[in-house]
Amino acid sequence: MSAPDTPLDWVTLSGRRAKGRRPEYFDEPALDRLYSTVFALAAEVSALRERQDTLERLLEARGTLTRAEIEQYVPDREAGRERGLATQAYIARIMRGFQQEVEAMAASDPPIMDVVERLSRE
Amino acid sequence: MASDLPPPYTAMTRHPMMPRVNHDEAARFNFLTHFNRYLSGTIGAGNKLAYEKRVLPAFRAEHGRDPEHRYEIRDAMNRDPWHRMWSALKRNSMEMRQHFGRQVVLRQLDELDAMARQYNEHSGQLELDPAIAQPPYQTAVDIHCQPGGYHGEERPGDVTVGANYDVGLFATTGGALGGLNDGGGQAVVAWVKAERPDWSPRRILDIGCTIGHNAVPIAQAFPEAEVIAIDTAAASLRYGAARAAALGVKNIRFVQASGEDLSRWADGTFDWVQTTMFLHELSAKAMPRILAEAHRVLAPGGLILHIEQPQYSDDMPLFEQFMRDWDAFNNNEPFWSAMHGQDLKQVMAEAGFPRECQFVAGVRAVVDPEIFPPSPDKGEEDYGRAAIWNAYGAWKPLAAEAQVAA
Ligand SMILES: C[S@@+](CC[C@H](N)C(=O)[O-])C[C@H]1O[C@@H](n2cnc3c(N)ncnc32)[C@H](O)[C@@H]1O
Repeated sequence: MSAPDTPLDWVTLSGRRAKGRRPEYFDEPALDRLYSTVFALAAEVSALRERQDTLERLLEARGTLTRAEIEQYVPDREAGRERGLATQAYIARIMRGFQQEVEAMAASDPPIMDVVERLSRE
Repeated sequence: MASDLPPPYTAMTRHPMMPRVNHDEAARFNFLTHFNRYLSGTIGAGNKLAYEKRVLPAFRAEHGRDPEHRYEIRDAMNRDPWHRMWSALKRNSMEMRQHFGRQVVLRQLDELDAMARQYNEHSGQLELDPAIAQPPYQTAVDIHCQPGGYHGEERPGDVTVGANYDVGLFATTGGALGGLNDGGGQAVVAWVKAERPDWSPRRILDIGCTIGHNAVPIAQAFPEAEVIAIDTAAASLRYGAARAAALGVKNIRFVQASGEDLSRWADGTFDWVQTTMFLHELSAKAMPRILAEAHRVLAPGGLILHIEQPQYSDDMPLFEQFMRDWDAFNNNEPFWSAMHGQDLKQVMAEAGFPRECQFVAGVRAVVDPEIFPPSPDKGEEDYGRAAIWNAYGAWKPLAAEAQVAA
Protein backbone atom coordinates (compact mmCIF):
# COMPACT_ATOMS: atom_id res chain seq x y z
CA MET A 1 0.00 0.00 0.00
CA SER A 2 1.64 3.23 -1.12
CA ALA A 3 1.33 6.39 0.94
CA PRO A 4 -1.83 8.21 -0.13
CA ASP A 5 -1.31 11.60 -1.80
CA THR A 6 -4.70 13.09 -1.02
CA PRO A 7 -6.19 12.58 2.43
CA LEU A 8 -9.15 10.25 2.58
CA ASP A 9 -12.53 12.00 2.63
CA TRP A 10 -13.57 10.01 5.68
CA VAL A 11 -16.76 11.92 6.36
CA THR A 12 -18.25 11.07 2.97
CA LEU A 13 -16.83 7.55 2.82
CA SER A 14 -18.05 6.57 6.26
CA GLY A 15 -21.67 7.04 5.22
CA ARG A 16 -21.48 4.47 2.46
CA ARG A 17 -24.58 2.33 2.16
CA ALA A 18 -24.54 -1.45 2.70
CA LYS A 19 -25.36 -3.29 -0.51
CA GLY A 20 -28.85 -4.82 -0.38
CA ARG A 21 -32.28 -3.18 -0.56
CA ARG A 22 -33.40 -1.60 2.68
CA PRO A 23 -36.82 -2.69 3.96
CA GLU A 24 -39.43 0.08 4.08
CA TYR A 25 -40.84 0.07 7.58
CA PHE A 26 -43.51 2.72 7.13
CA ASP A 27 -46.07 3.52 4.45
CA GLU A 28 -44.82 7.08 4.53
CA PRO A 29 -41.13 7.15 3.48
CA ALA A 30 -40.61 10.41 5.33
CA LEU A 31 -41.10 8.49 8.57
CA ASP A 32 -38.25 6.14 7.74
CA ARG A 33 -36.04 9.14 7.17
CA LEU A 34 -37.23 10.84 10.32
CA TYR A 35 -36.36 7.78 12.38
CA SER A 36 -32.77 7.73 11.17
CA THR A 37 -32.34 11.37 12.04
CA VAL A 38 -34.05 11.26 15.41
CA PHE A 39 -32.06 8.32 16.69
CA ALA A 40 -28.75 9.59 15.43
CA LEU A 41 -29.64 12.78 17.31
CA ALA A 42 -30.46 10.72 20.34
CA ALA A 43 -26.99 9.16 20.14
CA GLU A 44 -25.46 12.58 19.83
CA VAL A 45 -27.31 14.04 22.79
CA SER A 46 -26.21 11.05 24.82
CA ALA A 47 -22.59 11.61 23.76
CA LEU A 48 -22.91 15.31 24.66
CA ARG A 49 -24.23 14.49 28.10
CA GLU A 50 -21.34 12.14 28.64
CA ARG A 51 -18.92 14.81 27.53
CA GLN A 52 -20.45 17.35 29.81
CA ASP A 53 -20.21 14.89 32.66
CA THR A 54 -16.52 14.40 31.91
CA LEU A 55 -16.06 18.17 31.95
CA GLU A 56 -17.85 18.57 35.22
CA ARG A 57 -15.88 15.84 36.90
CA LEU A 58 -12.57 17.14 35.67
CA LEU A 59 -13.45 20.70 36.63
CA GLU A 60 -14.52 19.62 40.04
CA ALA A 61 -11.30 17.71 40.57
CA ARG A 62 -8.85 20.09 38.97
CA GLY A 63 -10.08 23.67 39.10
CA THR A 64 -12.58 25.86 37.39
CA LEU A 65 -13.45 28.26 34.61
CA THR A 66 -15.93 31.09 34.35
CA ARG A 67 -19.04 31.34 32.22
CA ALA A 68 -17.69 34.53 30.75
CA GLU A 69 -14.69 32.60 29.47
CA ILE A 70 -17.03 30.23 27.69
CA GLU A 71 -18.98 33.13 26.20
CA GLN A 72 -15.84 34.85 25.01
CA TYR A 73 -14.05 31.81 23.70
CA VAL A 74 -12.81 32.23 20.12
CA PRO A 75 -11.35 29.12 18.55
CA ASP A 76 -8.00 29.61 16.88
CA ARG A 77 -7.43 28.49 13.32
CA GLU A 78 -6.68 24.89 14.22
CA ALA A 79 -9.51 24.59 16.73
CA GLY A 80 -11.86 26.15 14.20
CA ARG A 81 -10.86 23.54 11.67
CA GLU A 82 -11.30 20.68 14.15
CA ARG A 83 -14.73 21.90 15.15
CA GLY A 84 -15.82 22.45 11.58
CA LEU A 85 -14.84 18.91 10.65
CA ALA A 86 -16.67 17.58 13.71
CA THR A 87 -19.80 19.42 12.63
CA GLN A 88 -19.50 18.06 9.12
CA ALA A 89 -19.15 14.51 10.44
CA TYR A 90 -22.07 15.06 12.78
CA ILE A 91 -24.34 16.17 9.94
CA ALA A 92 -23.30 13.12 7.96
CA ARG A 93 -24.42 10.96 10.90
CA ILE A 94 -27.86 12.45 11.33
CA MET A 95 -28.52 12.65 7.59
CA ARG A 96 -27.50 9.06 6.79
CA GLY A 97 -31.07 7.99 5.97
CA PHE A 98 -31.45 10.61 3.27
CA GLN A 99 -27.98 10.22 1.84
CA GLN A 100 -28.29 6.44 1.60
CA GLU A 101 -31.70 6.66 -0.01
CA VAL A 102 -30.11 8.65 -2.80
CA GLU A 103 -27.43 5.95 -3.13
CA ALA A 104 -30.13 3.28 -3.09
CA MET A 105 -32.02 4.95 -5.90
CA ALA A 106 -28.84 4.79 -7.94
CA ALA A 107 -28.11 1.15 -7.06
CA SER A 108 -31.61 -0.41 -7.46
CA ASP A 109 -30.92 -3.61 -5.50
CA PRO A 110 -33.55 -6.34 -5.73
CA PRO A 111 -35.65 -6.96 -2.60
CA ILE A 112 -33.76 -8.97 0.06
CA MET A 113 -36.38 -11.73 -0.37
CA ASP A 114 -35.05 -12.45 -3.89
CA VAL A 115 -31.56 -13.03 -2.48
CA VAL A 116 -32.91 -15.11 0.40
CA GLU A 117 -34.67 -17.39 -2.05
CA ARG A 118 -31.69 -17.61 -4.38
CA LEU A 119 -29.24 -18.54 -1.63
CA SER A 120 -31.58 -21.17 -0.26
CA ARG A 121 -31.45 -22.80 -3.72
CA GLU A 122 -27.92 -22.14 -5.03
CA MET B 1 -31.05 -3.37 37.62
CA ALA B 2 -27.49 -2.10 38.09
CA SER B 3 -26.06 -5.58 37.59
CA ASP B 4 -27.51 -5.54 34.09
CA LEU B 5 -25.54 -2.43 33.11
CA PRO B 6 -23.11 -3.08 30.29
CA PRO B 7 -19.53 -1.92 30.88
CA PRO B 8 -18.39 1.34 29.28
CA TYR B 9 -16.68 1.13 25.92
CA THR B 10 -13.40 2.10 27.56
CA ALA B 11 -13.37 -1.27 29.37
CA MET B 12 -12.37 -2.86 26.07
CA THR B 13 -8.78 -4.02 25.82
CA ARG B 14 -6.91 -1.57 23.64
CA HIS B 15 -4.50 -3.82 21.77
CA PRO B 16 -2.06 -1.97 19.52
CA MET B 17 -4.04 -2.53 16.28
CA MET B 18 -7.34 -1.40 17.77
CA PRO B 19 -8.41 1.91 16.23
CA ARG B 20 -8.22 4.70 18.81
CA VAL B 21 -11.51 6.29 19.82
CA ASN B 22 -11.88 9.81 21.14
CA HIS B 23 -14.23 10.80 23.94
CA ASP B 24 -17.39 11.24 21.86
CA GLU B 25 -16.78 8.20 19.65
CA ALA B 26 -16.62 6.03 22.76
CA ALA B 27 -19.72 7.80 24.06
CA ARG B 28 -21.62 7.02 20.83
CA PHE B 29 -20.80 3.33 21.21
CA ASN B 30 -21.92 3.54 24.82
CA PHE B 31 -25.24 4.89 23.63
CA LEU B 32 -25.63 2.04 21.12
CA THR B 33 -24.73 -0.60 23.69
CA HIS B 34 -27.48 0.65 25.98
CA PHE B 35 -29.88 1.27 23.12
CA ASN B 36 -29.50 -2.30 21.85
CA ARG B 37 -30.10 -3.78 25.27
CA TYR B 38 -33.13 -1.54 25.60
CA LEU B 39 -34.49 -2.63 22.20
CA SER B 40 -34.11 -6.35 22.83
CA GLY B 41 -34.97 -6.21 26.51
CA THR B 42 -37.18 -3.39 27.67
CA ILE B 43 -39.27 -2.82 24.57
CA GLY B 44 -38.54 -6.11 22.77
CA ALA B 45 -41.39 -7.59 24.78
CA GLY B 46 -43.77 -5.45 22.72
CA ASN B 47 -43.43 -7.85 19.82
CA LYS B 48 -44.83 -10.80 21.69
CA LEU B 49 -47.57 -8.64 23.15
CA ALA B 50 -48.57 -7.35 19.73
CA TYR B 51 -48.55 -10.92 18.45
CA GLU B 52 -50.63 -12.40 21.21
CA LYS B 53 -53.05 -9.53 21.63
CA ARG B 54 -53.89 -8.65 18.05
CA VAL B 55 -51.83 -10.31 15.32
CA LEU B 56 -52.59 -13.91 16.25
CA PRO B 57 -56.31 -13.28 16.93
CA ALA B 58 -56.60 -11.51 13.56
CA PHE B 59 -54.81 -14.38 11.85
CA ARG B 60 -57.14 -16.92 13.44
CA ALA B 61 -60.18 -14.88 12.44
CA GLU B 62 -58.99 -14.67 8.86
CA HIS B 63 -57.70 -18.24 8.36
CA GLY B 64 -59.59 -20.25 10.94
CA ARG B 65 -56.33 -21.79 12.19
CA ASP B 66 -52.98 -20.96 13.79
CA PRO B 67 -49.92 -20.03 11.70
CA GLU B 68 -48.08 -23.11 10.47
CA HIS B 69 -44.75 -21.54 9.54
CA ARG B 70 -42.57 -18.70 10.85
CA TYR B 71 -43.04 -16.95 7.49
CA GLU B 72 -46.78 -16.72 8.06
CA ILE B 73 -46.06 -14.99 11.36
CA ARG B 74 -43.59 -12.71 9.63
CA ASP B 75 -46.07 -11.66 6.97
CA ALA B 76 -48.66 -10.88 9.62
CA MET B 77 -46.22 -9.10 11.97
CA ASN B 78 -44.81 -7.02 9.12
CA ARG B 79 -48.24 -5.39 8.91
CA ASP B 80 -48.31 -4.63 12.62
CA PRO B 81 -47.45 -1.01 13.49
CA TRP B 82 -45.53 -1.88 16.64
CA HIS B 83 -43.34 -4.48 14.97
CA ARG B 84 -42.65 -2.10 12.13
CA MET B 85 -41.57 0.66 14.47
CA TRP B 86 -39.45 -1.70 16.51
CA SER B 87 -37.81 -3.07 13.37
CA ALA B 88 -37.14 0.45 12.12
CA LEU B 89 -35.42 1.24 15.42
CA LYS B 90 -33.32 -1.87 15.31
CA ARG B 91 -32.36 -1.39 11.69
CA ASN B 92 -31.27 2.14 12.49
CA SER B 93 -29.25 0.92 15.43
CA MET B 94 -27.38 -1.49 13.13
CA GLU B 95 -26.79 1.27 10.58
CA MET B 96 -25.55 3.68 13.22
CA ARG B 97 -23.13 1.08 14.53
CA GLN B 98 -21.65 0.79 11.03
CA HIS B 99 -21.58 4.52 10.39
CA PHE B 100 -20.02 5.38 13.76
CA GLY B 101 -17.43 2.61 13.39
CA ARG B 102 -16.51 3.69 9.89
CA GLN B 103 -15.99 7.27 11.02
CA VAL B 104 -13.59 6.08 13.71
CA VAL B 105 -11.66 3.86 11.31
CA LEU B 106 -11.56 6.00 8.20
CA ARG B 107 -10.32 9.13 9.93
CA GLN B 108 -7.21 7.21 11.07
CA LEU B 109 -6.91 4.78 8.17
CA ASP B 110 -3.45 5.96 7.15
CA GLU B 111 -2.03 5.02 10.56
CA LEU B 112 -3.96 1.74 10.74
CA ASP B 113 -2.88 0.65 7.27
CA ALA B 114 0.74 1.51 7.97
CA MET B 115 0.72 -0.33 11.29
CA ALA B 116 -0.94 -3.43 9.82
CA ARG B 117 1.60 -3.46 7.00
CA GLN B 118 4.46 -3.31 9.48
CA TYR B 119 3.13 -6.10 11.65
CA ASN B 120 2.36 -8.30 8.66
CA GLU B 121 5.70 -7.78 6.95
CA HIS B 122 7.59 -8.70 10.11
CA SER B 123 5.46 -11.51 11.48
CA GLY B 124 5.09 -13.62 8.36
CA GLN B 125 1.70 -14.67 9.76
CA LEU B 126 -0.32 -13.46 6.76
CA GLU B 127 -0.57 -15.37 3.51
CA LEU B 128 -2.77 -13.84 0.81
CA ASP B 129 -3.76 -15.39 -2.48
CA PRO B 130 -5.17 -12.96 -5.04
CA ALA B 131 -6.70 -15.89 -6.93
CA ILE B 132 -9.26 -16.37 -4.12
CA ALA B 133 -12.45 -14.40 -4.71
CA GLN B 134 -15.14 -13.56 -2.17
CA PRO B 135 -17.90 -16.12 -2.95
CA PRO B 136 -21.22 -15.00 -4.47
CA TYR B 137 -23.19 -15.70 -1.27
CA GLN B 138 -20.98 -13.09 0.39
CA THR B 139 -21.32 -10.44 -2.29
CA ALA B 140 -25.06 -10.63 -3.09
CA VAL B 141 -25.62 -8.20 -0.22
CA ASP B 142 -23.33 -6.68 2.40
CA ILE B 143 -23.84 -9.11 5.30
CA HIS B 144 -25.24 -7.53 8.48
CA CYS B 145 -25.37 -4.18 6.71
CA GLN B 146 -21.62 -3.81 6.97
CA PRO B 147 -20.73 -1.55 4.05
CA GLY B 148 -18.20 -3.41 1.90
CA GLY B 149 -18.96 -6.74 3.61
CA TYR B 150 -15.90 -8.55 4.94
CA HIS B 151 -13.91 -8.03 1.76
CA GLY B 152 -14.49 -4.50 0.42
CA GLU B 153 -11.68 -1.98 0.13
CA GLU B 154 -11.61 1.80 0.34
CA ARG B 155 -8.28 1.63 -1.43
CA PRO B 156 -6.03 -1.30 -2.33
CA GLY B 157 -4.57 -3.15 0.62
CA ASP B 158 -6.50 -1.34 3.36
CA VAL B 159 -7.86 -2.74 6.66
CA THR B 160 -11.10 -0.73 6.92
CA VAL B 161 -13.62 -3.56 7.13
CA GLY B 162 -11.56 -5.61 9.59
CA ALA B 163 -10.89 -2.62 11.82
CA ASN B 164 -14.53 -1.56 11.72
CA TYR B 165 -15.61 -5.09 12.65
CA ASP B 166 -13.31 -4.99 15.69
CA VAL B 167 -14.17 -1.50 16.85
CA GLY B 168 -17.95 -1.86 16.82
CA LEU B 169 -18.75 -5.44 17.77
CA PHE B 170 -18.92 -4.31 21.40
CA ALA B 171 -21.93 -2.14 20.65
CA THR B 172 -24.04 -4.83 18.95
CA THR B 173 -23.23 -7.51 21.50
CA GLY B 174 -23.86 -5.21 24.43
CA GLY B 175 -20.32 -5.77 25.66
CA ALA B 176 -21.05 -9.43 26.33
CA LEU B 177 -18.05 -10.87 24.49
CA GLY B 178 -15.35 -9.52 26.77
CA GLY B 179 -12.46 -7.10 26.39
CA LEU B 180 -11.09 -8.70 23.23
CA ASN B 181 -14.45 -9.79 21.80
CA ASP B 182 -13.21 -13.35 22.22
CA GLY B 183 -15.72 -14.77 24.72
CA GLY B 184 -16.91 -17.28 22.11
CA GLY B 185 -13.45 -18.69 21.43
CA GLN B 186 -12.73 -18.83 25.14
CA ALA B 187 -15.98 -20.73 25.62
CA VAL B 188 -14.87 -23.27 23.01
CA VAL B 189 -11.54 -23.69 24.78
CA ALA B 190 -13.26 -24.16 28.15
CA TRP B 191 -15.56 -26.80 26.66
CA VAL B 192 -12.69 -28.72 25.01
CA LYS B 193 -10.52 -28.63 28.14
CA ALA B 194 -13.38 -29.92 30.27
CA GLU B 195 -14.30 -32.59 27.73
CA ARG B 196 -10.77 -33.89 26.98
CA PRO B 197 -8.41 -32.52 29.64
CA ASP B 198 -5.35 -34.32 28.23
CA TRP B 199 -5.97 -33.68 24.55
CA SER B 200 -3.26 -31.73 22.75
CA PRO B 201 -4.23 -31.12 19.13
CA ARG B 202 -1.24 -30.37 16.90
CA ARG B 203 -2.87 -28.75 13.88
CA ILE B 204 -6.09 -26.74 14.05
CA LEU B 205 -8.05 -25.24 11.15
CA ASP B 206 -10.50 -22.36 11.69
CA ILE B 207 -12.69 -21.80 8.63
CA GLY B 208 -14.16 -18.32 8.09
CA CYS B 209 -12.04 -16.70 10.80
CA THR B 210 -12.73 -13.03 9.80
CA ILE B 211 -10.30 -11.13 12.06
CA GLY B 212 -9.60 -14.12 14.31
CA HIS B 213 -11.58 -13.01 17.38
CA ASN B 214 -12.34 -16.62 18.26
CA ALA B 215 -9.39 -18.39 16.61
CA VAL B 216 -6.76 -16.43 18.58
CA PRO B 217 -7.94 -17.68 22.02
CA ILE B 218 -7.66 -21.25 20.71
CA ALA B 219 -4.06 -20.59 19.65
CA GLN B 220 -3.38 -19.04 23.07
CA ALA B 221 -4.85 -22.01 24.90
CA PHE B 222 -2.85 -24.54 22.87
CA PRO B 223 0.55 -22.89 22.46
CA GLU B 224 2.10 -26.10 21.11
CA ALA B 225 -0.45 -26.29 18.31
CA GLU B 226 -0.25 -24.68 14.89
CA VAL B 227 -3.48 -22.83 14.07
CA ILE B 228 -4.37 -22.09 10.45
CA ALA B 229 -7.14 -19.49 10.22
CA ILE B 230 -8.62 -19.19 6.76
CA ASP B 231 -11.00 -16.73 5.17
CA THR B 232 -11.76 -15.65 1.62
CA ALA B 233 -11.65 -11.95 2.53
CA ALA B 234 -8.17 -10.43 2.33
CA ALA B 235 -9.33 -7.15 3.87
CA SER B 236 -10.35 -8.94 7.08
CA LEU B 237 -7.29 -11.20 7.14
CA ARG B 238 -4.89 -8.27 6.87
CA TYR B 239 -6.32 -6.76 10.02
CA GLY B 240 -6.68 -10.12 11.79
CA ALA B 241 -3.07 -11.16 11.21
CA ALA B 242 -1.82 -7.78 12.39
CA ARG B 243 -4.08 -7.95 15.47
CA ALA B 244 -2.76 -11.42 16.40
CA ALA B 245 0.83 -10.25 15.94
CA ALA B 246 0.10 -7.17 18.04
CA LEU B 247 -1.26 -9.44 20.78
CA GLY B 248 1.95 -11.46 20.59
CA VAL B 249 0.22 -14.66 19.49
CA LYS B 250 2.64 -16.40 17.16
CA ASN B 251 1.26 -19.90 16.59
CA ILE B 252 -1.51 -18.77 14.25
CA ARG B 253 -1.34 -18.02 10.54
CA PHE B 254 -3.99 -16.18 8.55
CA VAL B 255 -4.35 -17.73 5.11
CA GLN B 256 -6.61 -16.58 2.27
CA ALA B 257 -8.43 -19.72 1.17
CA SER B 258 -11.98 -20.93 0.67
CA GLY B 259 -13.49 -23.65 2.81
CA GLU B 260 -15.03 -25.00 -0.38
CA ASP B 261 -11.61 -26.01 -1.69
CA LEU B 262 -9.10 -27.16 0.91
CA SER B 263 -7.12 -29.14 -1.67
CA ARG B 264 -3.83 -27.61 -0.57
CA TRP B 265 -4.16 -29.67 2.62
CA ALA B 266 -3.89 -33.45 2.42
CA ASP B 267 -6.49 -35.80 3.88
CA GLY B 268 -6.32 -35.95 7.67
CA THR B 269 -4.05 -32.90 8.08
CA PHE B 270 -5.89 -31.38 11.05
CA ASP B 271 -6.77 -32.68 14.50
CA TRP B 272 -9.47 -30.06 14.94
CA VAL B 273 -11.60 -28.11 12.45
CA GLN B 274 -13.49 -25.18 13.96
CA THR B 275 -16.12 -22.78 12.61
CA THR B 276 -17.65 -20.01 14.70
CA MET B 277 -20.80 -18.18 13.61
CA PHE B 278 -19.89 -19.13 10.06
CA LEU B 279 -22.32 -21.71 8.62
CA HIS B 280 -25.25 -19.27 8.57
CA GLU B 281 -23.44 -16.97 6.16
CA LEU B 282 -23.06 -19.52 3.35
CA SER B 283 -25.58 -20.92 0.87
CA ALA B 284 -27.48 -24.19 0.49
CA LYS B 285 -24.92 -25.60 -1.92
CA ALA B 286 -21.78 -24.19 -0.31
CA MET B 287 -22.48 -25.50 3.22
CA PRO B 288 -22.36 -29.24 2.36
CA ARG B 289 -19.32 -28.69 0.15
CA ILE B 290 -17.46 -27.04 3.00
CA LEU B 291 -18.50 -29.69 5.52
CA ALA B 292 -17.33 -32.46 3.17
CA GLU B 293 -13.97 -30.75 2.75
CA ALA B 294 -13.72 -30.27 6.51
CA HIS B 295 -14.38 -33.99 6.94
CA ARG B 296 -11.66 -34.87 4.46
CA VAL B 297 -8.91 -32.76 6.04
CA LEU B 298 -9.84 -33.89 9.56
CA ALA B 299 -7.73 -36.75 10.94
CA PRO B 300 -9.51 -39.83 12.32
CA GLY B 301 -10.16 -39.23 16.01
CA GLY B 302 -10.22 -35.47 15.37
CA LEU B 303 -12.80 -32.89 16.43
CA ILE B 304 -15.13 -30.81 14.29
CA LEU B 305 -17.01 -28.07 16.10
CA HIS B 306 -19.45 -25.43 14.85
CA ILE B 307 -20.64 -22.61 17.09
CA GLU B 308 -24.04 -21.27 16.04
CA GLN B 309 -27.31 -19.98 17.40
CA PRO B 310 -29.67 -22.91 18.00
CA GLN B 311 -31.29 -24.53 14.98
CA TYR B 312 -35.05 -24.22 14.60
CA SER B 313 -36.68 -27.47 15.55
CA ASP B 314 -40.30 -28.49 15.91
CA ASP B 315 -39.85 -27.94 19.64
CA MET B 316 -39.06 -24.26 19.16
CA PRO B 317 -42.22 -22.13 19.16
CA LEU B 318 -42.92 -20.56 15.76
CA PHE B 319 -42.97 -17.09 17.29
CA GLU B 320 -39.46 -17.60 18.64
CA GLN B 321 -38.34 -18.82 15.20
CA PHE B 322 -39.83 -15.71 13.65
CA MET B 323 -38.02 -13.44 16.12
CA ARG B 324 -34.73 -15.23 15.60
CA ASP B 325 -35.21 -14.77 11.86
CA TRP B 326 -35.25 -10.98 12.14
CA ASP B 327 -31.68 -10.52 10.97
CA ALA B 328 -32.28 -12.56 7.83
CA PHE B 329 -34.69 -10.02 6.41
CA ASN B 330 -33.75 -6.83 8.23
CA ASN B 331 -30.03 -7.07 8.68
CA ASN B 332 -28.83 -8.67 5.44
CA GLU B 333 -28.31 -12.25 6.60
CA PRO B 334 -29.89 -13.98 3.58
CA PHE B 335 -28.92 -17.59 4.44
CA TRP B 336 -29.75 -17.31 8.15
CA SER B 337 -33.33 -18.51 7.87
CA ALA B 338 -32.74 -21.43 5.49
CA MET B 339 -29.65 -22.56 7.43
CA HIS B 340 -31.36 -22.54 10.80
CA GLY B 341 -34.28 -24.43 9.31
CA GLN B 342 -32.05 -27.35 8.31
CA ASP B 343 -31.47 -30.55 10.24
CA LEU B 344 -27.79 -29.94 10.91
CA LYS B 345 -27.28 -33.49 12.17
CA GLN B 346 -28.44 -34.82 8.82
CA VAL B 347 -26.23 -32.35 6.93
CA MET B 348 -23.25 -33.40 9.06
CA ALA B 349 -24.07 -37.07 8.53
CA GLU B 350 -24.13 -36.57 4.77
CA ALA B 351 -20.71 -34.91 5.02
CA GLY B 352 -19.36 -38.11 6.56
CA PHE B 353 -19.85 -37.70 10.32
CA PRO B 354 -21.96 -40.64 11.55
CA ARG B 355 -24.84 -39.56 13.75
CA GLU B 356 -23.62 -41.61 16.69
CA CYS B 357 -20.38 -39.58 16.71
CA GLN B 358 -22.21 -36.27 16.81
CA PHE B 359 -23.21 -34.18 19.81
CA VAL B 360 -24.77 -30.82 20.63
CA ALA B 361 -23.53 -28.85 23.61
CA GLY B 362 -24.54 -25.49 25.05
CA VAL B 363 -21.73 -22.98 25.56
CA ARG B 364 -21.74 -19.47 26.97
CA ALA B 365 -19.26 -16.63 26.49
CA VAL B 366 -16.33 -16.76 28.89
CA VAL B 367 -15.46 -13.21 29.99
CA ASP B 368 -13.85 -11.47 32.93
CA PRO B 369 -16.82 -11.20 35.33
CA GLU B 370 -15.20 -8.31 37.19
CA ILE B 371 -15.64 -6.07 34.18
CA PHE B 372 -18.19 -7.78 31.99
CA PRO B 373 -21.37 -8.79 33.72
CA PRO B 374 -23.04 -11.76 32.07
CA SER B 375 -25.30 -10.84 29.19
CA PRO B 376 -29.03 -11.05 29.88
CA ASP B 377 -30.04 -14.66 29.39
CA LYS B 378 -33.72 -14.79 30.02
CA GLY B 379 -33.74 -17.46 27.35
CA GLU B 380 -36.26 -17.05 24.60
CA GLU B 381 -37.07 -13.45 25.53
CA ASP B 382 -33.71 -12.46 24.20
CA TYR B 383 -34.10 -14.23 20.85
CA GLY B 384 -30.52 -14.84 19.97
CA ARG B 385 -28.94 -11.68 21.40
CA ALA B 386 -27.44 -13.31 24.49
CA ALA B 387 -23.89 -14.65 24.27
CA ILE B 388 -25.07 -18.23 24.55
CA TRP B 389 -24.65 -20.64 21.67
CA ASN B 390 -24.95 -24.23 20.61
CA ALA B 391 -21.87 -26.21 19.68
CA TYR B 392 -22.69 -28.71 16.95
CA GLY B 393 -19.84 -31.18 16.77
CA ALA B 394 -18.48 -34.64 16.17
CA TRP B 395 -15.41 -36.68 16.94
CA LYS B 396 -14.43 -38.29 13.65
CA PRO B 397 -14.30 -42.06 14.14
CA LEU B 398 -10.96 -43.86 13.96
CA ALA B 399 -10.59 -46.08 10.89
CA ALA B 400 -11.39 -49.24 12.88
CA GLU B 401 -14.54 -47.68 14.37
CA ALA B 402 -15.63 -46.52 10.95
CA GLN B 403 -15.39 -50.05 9.61
CA VAL B 404 -17.44 -51.40 12.45
CA ALA B 405 -20.03 -48.71 11.86
CA ALA B 406 -20.15 -49.39 8.09
C1 LIG C 1 -19.65 -14.28 10.58
S1 LIG C 1 -18.06 -14.27 9.95
C2 LIG C 1 -17.23 -15.43 11.03
C3 LIG C 1 -16.81 -14.86 12.36
C4 LIG C 1 -15.55 -15.48 12.93
N1 LIG C 1 -15.50 -16.91 12.76
C5 LIG C 1 -15.40 -15.15 14.40
O1 LIG C 1 -15.49 -16.07 15.20
O2 LIG C 1 -15.23 -13.98 14.74
C6 LIG C 1 -18.06 -15.15 8.39
C7 LIG C 1 -16.73 -15.12 7.66
O3 LIG C 1 -16.70 -16.20 6.72
C8 LIG C 1 -15.96 -15.81 5.58
N2 LIG C 1 -16.31 -16.73 4.49
C9 LIG C 1 -17.45 -16.80 3.78
N3 LIG C 1 -17.41 -17.82 2.91
C10 LIG C 1 -16.21 -18.44 3.07
C11 LIG C 1 -15.59 -19.56 2.47
N4 LIG C 1 -16.18 -20.27 1.52
N5 LIG C 1 -14.37 -19.91 2.91
C12 LIG C 1 -13.73 -19.21 3.88
N6 LIG C 1 -14.28 -18.14 4.48
C13 LIG C 1 -15.50 -17.75 4.08
C14 LIG C 1 -16.38 -14.37 5.39
O4 LIG C 1 -15.44 -13.66 4.59
C15 LIG C 1 -16.46 -13.88 6.84
O5 LIG C 1 -15.24 -13.32 7.24
